[in-house]
Amino acid sequence: MRALVDTKGHPVLVWVGLALVGLALVALPFALAGIGTAWVRITNLAILFVFLALGLNIVVGFAGLLDLGYIAFYAVGAYAYALLASPHFGIHLPFWVILPIGAAIACLFGVLLGAPTLKLRGDYLAIVTLGFGEIVRIFLNNLSQPVNITNGPQGVTLIDPLRIGTFSFRDTDTFAGLAFTGPVKYYYFLLVVLLAIIVINLRLQDSRIGRAWEAIREDEVAARAMGINTRNMKLLAFAMGASFGGIAGGMFSAMQGFISPESFILIESIMVLAMVVLGGMGNVWGVIVGALLLSFAPEVLRYTVEPAQQALFGRMLVEPEVIRMLLFGFALVLMMLFRPAGLLPSATRKRELEVRR
Amino acid sequence: MDIFLQQIINGLTLGSVYAIVALGYTMVYGIIQLINFAHGEVVMIGAMVAYSVIVALVGAGAPLPPLAIVLCGALAAIPVCMAVGFTLERVAYRPLRRAPRLAPLITAIGLSIILQHLAMIVWSRNPLPYPQVIQSVSYHVTGNPNGATITNVQIAIICMSVLLMAGLTTLVYRTKLGIAMRATAQNQQVAGLMGIDINKVIALTFVIAGGLGSVAGVMVGTYYGIAHYQMGFLLGLKAFSAAVLGGIGNLAGAMLGGLLLGIIEALGAGYVGDITDLCRFASWSDALAARCASGEHVVLFGSNYQDVFAFIVLIVVLVFRPSGLLGERVSDRA
Repeated sequence: MRALVDTKGHPVLVWVGLALVGLALVALPFALAGIGTAWVRITNLAILFVFLALGLNIVVGFAGLLDLGYIAFYAVGAYAYALLASPHFGIHLPFWVILPIGAAIACLFGVLLGAPTLKLRGDYLAIVTLGFGEIVRIFLNNLSQPVNITNGPQGVTLIDPLRIGTFSFRDTDTFAGLAFTGPVKYYYFLLVVLLAIIVINLRLQDSRIGRAWEAIREDEVAARAMGINTRNMKLLAFAMGASFGGIAGGMFSAMQGFISPESFILIESIMVLAMVVLGGMGNVWGVIVGALLLSFAPEVLRYTVEPAQQALFGRMLVEPEVIRMLLFGFALVLMMLFRPAGLLPSATRKRELEVRR
Repeated sequence: MDIFLQQIINGLTLGSVYAIVALGYTMVYGIIQLINFAHGEVVMIGAMVAYSVIVALVGAGAPLPPLAIVLCGALAAIPVCMAVGFTLERVAYRPLRRAPRLAPLITAIGLSIILQHLAMIVWSRNPLPYPQVIQSVSYHVTGNPNGATITNVQIAIICMSVLLMAGLTTLVYRTKLGIAMRATAQNQQVAGLMGIDINKVIALTFVIAGGLGSVAGVMVGTYYGIAHYQMGFLLGLKAFSAAVLGGIGNLAGAMLGGLLLGIIEALGAGYVGDITDLCRFASWSDALAARCASGEHVVLFGSNYQDVFAFIVLIVVLVFRPSGLLGERVSDRA
């Protein structure tokens, strides 16, 4: 970021470039809406995955802790929003109240989970988080008895959209001759939040906390010797990652209007991890690229693999969904083997992930 | 009392399967301090290969006794899983042996996803009904005709597990390979200086773990009568919990942990509904009393929470005794 907005060298050029990127981002939903509104929705989901990947990047990339149940925090945030803004309980709180609540609950879960395990070796954390993700899903599935809290596998429906006063993000408004459909409005909202989150991440990375995380990641003993409270710092990373997940979950709820435990299975956690690893652990821009690549991959596959198979074999042999999963698997393995620091590696991470020979 | 005995029998059966899978985790962990995340998938592949062989044999009408058919399935699965284990080590773990801990963990997860979906392409997306070639026969354990029973399948599973555990213990403590394995586990460099081919020993450990996993897969398939491409995930997680419960890296610990976890799970699933039945508190609330009076059981946690127990055990062990029941101390960076 600093390099991007460093205007010392070519002030005019950089500002022109930034303005062009900004314009492109602003115009994007209308261009996409031209192809089909579905593409705007896909883009919105991709941005949500960028949120998730950035949140997980704090845990995996900055602090070097492997969290395999990250989607559970997303689920907690999503359900917090769904239960506090739907006819299920008849509660309809505004989103600026619920999103922080969701983030706080997710954060609490993160601390509860992290506190007993963070003093152990990292691989235990991986397994415990994996189990935690599964537990959350089991509870969401079964907490419809004896008191109906989550409505079980049917999920929660009719969730309120984001709404500010009478301005609802679901309805279509016409402004200056342009039709702003629901997804387009969400796109702008997400874009603003995304910018805020990117700035937070970049500032966090360069802050005292970020440097402490980096120190822990590289050598925990040395970090402790330097006076860093390693347990608290790891817990902080975990809690922050969790609350990012919680916020993303809340927005997912609002956008979709319907959630069920099906959306929060283990594969989703792995997918977010694959995004972080592919893009480059610890590098904010890399992670964004990774998240966008893997979010759009299934759509691209849908439009290429299906016709290709039809043409070659006359029928579908392997569904695009399966190919997508194989792609995630291979992305994880091949990246670790051949380019462990990711597509856009962060300098320190690259040095450290090289196999020491 | 009979229900209790029945749950113990079920738990022992389940536990001996967990123990066999847990041995696979613990052997690999003991020797290179790495959690082989993909081990659950090896178990799944074992179940699937055996499934295909059994279905083929049954379909061909092979004039074999039922037990022999299942054994043929297992014998076909063992080399396949050994090969999978070997490949895993060769492709994903050996190049990363000196890399930071995070790297092999991530490749292992990737491999696990790849194996799952390859299995899905080869076999099916849907659960496969395991052919019940062995006619299930129940034997009464006590004199009571309505009392606890044990089936021949359960007896076979328990006996098979005991045999495997005994075999593995002999291998590790009585043979030259076992000595080499223990030496490598203690100190790879020194073991290498003593003339042990470390790469070979580590590869063999993965191969043995794979073989054990395949047998466990056949057991699970036969016991539950079902195989699914995702079955390895939960099984692997539980077996890992069992290994941690017993003390990871410790063979006896894995066996003990597996059996204990099986029993905890069976008892938990059997009794959690009774324990959390809110009707005993019916006098506290009129609404509750009304629901209970209509014959409904207001159960807080039913047996559908069975899968949660393994994780609760895992977390409790990690909090209070991270070294497990029989293990050495596991600190942050040992």
